[in-house]
Amino acid sequence: MARNVSTRRKIVVTVVAWTIGILIFFPILWTFLTSFKTEAEAIASPPSLFFFDWTTENYHEVQSRSNYFLHFMNSVVVSFGSTLIGLIIAIPSAWAMAFSPTKRTKDVLMWMLSTKMMPSVGVLVPMYLLFRNTGLLDTRTGLVIVLTLINLPIIIWMLYTYFKEIPGEILEAARMDGASLSKEIIYVLTPMAIPGIASTLLLNIILAWNEAFWTLNLSAAKAAPLTAFIASYSSPEGLFYAKLSAASTMAIAPILILGWFSQKQLVRGLTFGAVK
Amino acid sequence: MNLRTFLLGTCSAVALSGLAQAETLTIATVNNGDMIRMQKLTDDFTSKNPDITLEWVTLEENVLRQRVTTDIATKGGQYDIMTIGTYEVPIWAKQGWLLPLDNLGAGYDVDDLLPAIRSGLTIDDKLYAAPFYGESSMVMYRKDLFEKAGLTMPDAPTWDFIADAARKITDKNAEVYGICLRGKAGWGENMAFLTATANAFGARWFDENWKPQFDQPEWKNALDFYVKLMNDAGPPGASSNGFNENLSLFQTGKCGMWIDATVAASFVTNPKESTVADKVGFALAPDTGLGKRGNWLWAWNLAIPAGSQKVAAAEKFIAWATGKDYLKLVADKEGWANVPPGTRTSLYANPEYQKAAPFAKMTLDSINAADPKNPSVKPVPYVGVQFVAIPEFQGLGTAVGQQFSAALAGQMSVDDALASAQKLTEREMTKAGYIK
Repeated sequence: MARNVSTRRKIVVTVVAWTIGILIFFPILWTFLTSFKTEAEAIASPPSLFFFDWTTENYHEVQSRSNYFLHFMNSVVVSFGSTLIGLIIAIPSAWAMAFSPTKRTKDVLMWMLSTKMMPSVGVLVPMYLLFRNTGLLDTRTGLVIVLTLINLPIIIWMLYTYFKEIPGEILEAARMDGASLSKEIIYVLTPMAIPGIASTLLLNIILAWNEAFWTLNLSAAKAAPLTAFIASYSSPEGLFYAKLSAASTMAIAPILILGWFSQKQLVRGLTFGAVK
Repeated sequence: MNLRTFLLGTCSAVALSGLAQAETLTIATVNNGDMIRMQKLTDDFTSKNPDITLEWVTLEENVLRQRVTTDIATKGGQYDIMTIGTYEVPIWAKQGWLLPLDNLGAGYDVDDLLPAIRSGLTIDDKLYAAPFYGESSMVMYRKDLFEKAGLTMPDAPTWDFIADAARKITDKNAEVYGICLRGKAGWGENMAFLTATANAFGARWFDENWKPQFDQPEWKNALDFYVKLMNDAGPPGASSNGFNENLSLFQTGKCGMWIDATVAASFVTNPKESTVADKVGFALAPDTGLGKRGNWLWAWNLAIPAGSQKVAAAEKFIAWATGKDYLKLVADKEGWANVPPGTRTSLYANPEYQKAAPFAKMTLDSINAADPKNPSVKPVPYVGVQFVAIPEFQGLGTAVGQQFSAALAGQMSVDDALASAQKLTEREMTKAGYIK
């Protein structure tokens, strides 16, 4: 039987949810609106919300000054590449830890997570030297490798939690029917964990898309993704807020649209267990 | 055809194709108006040098600094030309990280560079970076508000006059504040302003033996004066205002005076961006009668990292971008007001430039009044007006800046801020080996 929810309660919940939603979305909306203002209107006080002379001049300026498509393609290659490689490595390792745990599994998981606790800048110089010596500086391959490595702990943790909820008996049954190890992972485990894998995939694409430390420091002209594109419009000496907003809107638009389309999948994966 | 002839032929073909191939220069630069304009005008360079192509890496100042420092310190070789500030040039040149610019060509006229700017870039009589644009600091003020208050701004004001005028102009009900000064913590933010201002009060960072001087009365006078003035006549929340925040306040008519980089003059007088464009006057940075003015000296410069494989092409580009002809090129295409300022004496003698840039004389006087080798009243062991050109200064300057910003915000007293600045500077300088 459905729970009885009073209309009043419904209204309150809806209002609260919308308020929080708008609060969270407001900075993005503000950036979007500012990108259509002139530089003078962008700093005007009190600011105008919708009633100003809308102009696309900033987008023209950004287009003429930067090679947006190059940065966009770099972002796509780097974020999708690193996430896919990460998944290929993480699925078997999460499988091993979820279904054949040993005494040290928890320690291994904690150790993996601990690599995320170190501030990135602490290893900047050694990483830079490694990249220089292997010729990986300013290459997409280099960025894919480094983003795979830094996001791997999160991918493994997320998958491990999803896999833990799948009853081991199902896999056992598959094994009794003669499924080999690879078949067991590909045909039995993966389809059951699809919502979990999908949300891991999406979340990591977003994380890799927005990663701004390594992508800025290990790239120059050729492999620079959209994070470098935004950094080229921010200036401590000069107010270019409208142009910066236009560049930011262009940089986040693809990932925002991807997020909207996959919202259902993302929420399902994050809130439900794999086989519920 | 025998094998030898074949191999020789192949080798020559490969060599020739290598020669014919364009050389690519990767240039790291900051994102400011003059640099962006240069990127748009590079067709002029590439048409004269068809064998050279240019690749730009434009980054925000702090990101760029971190990026190029990592690259040059590890000899990463990602950039053929780097845009660096006056702070980095002497440190990097001493480390052997930069190549001296010996071959900028006969027409370059190195003697035309402004002496104050050139001296900051010269180490052991060798020029290690070529200035692209230079700046100092000065007073920008609202002529209309001064008139209303019955005040006249002298060309070379004292701090007492500035403080008095600021208090008279302030009308907090109408959101007009007499003076806007930097308060945001950072070695390039509030400490650039406060270090330069302290020079005018006779204060210095270190004595000749590298002993920190924050426990001396000069610093107390300077910081007391600043905090009181800002409390009486500054905008609310001044401890989080940097260049951009003050620019925005001034442009929207909320500041009577603003003392900051001369480069701001072109922003505040631009009617497209500023609501007070036709009401702005300029004056030299103030003094206290001790013989030094609180005006700083900064330039963005082009330099070649040591170990570069493309030195000749890089020198050609630097000579083009910082040469006299470039100034003329900008003037022809975008007007004299948009020419990068503060590098060449000849520009300030040009009547067309004087006509187009009302702030030209004040900029030149401000730059000439700065002396990076003798920045304060008493002698110092370091180079730099609004900074100390030692590698430790970025960290130190920011840490001290946080104390001073807290004093401005009222979170601690001026005395406590100075005591804590003295303590942390002493500790760091001892650790770094300056104090034995």
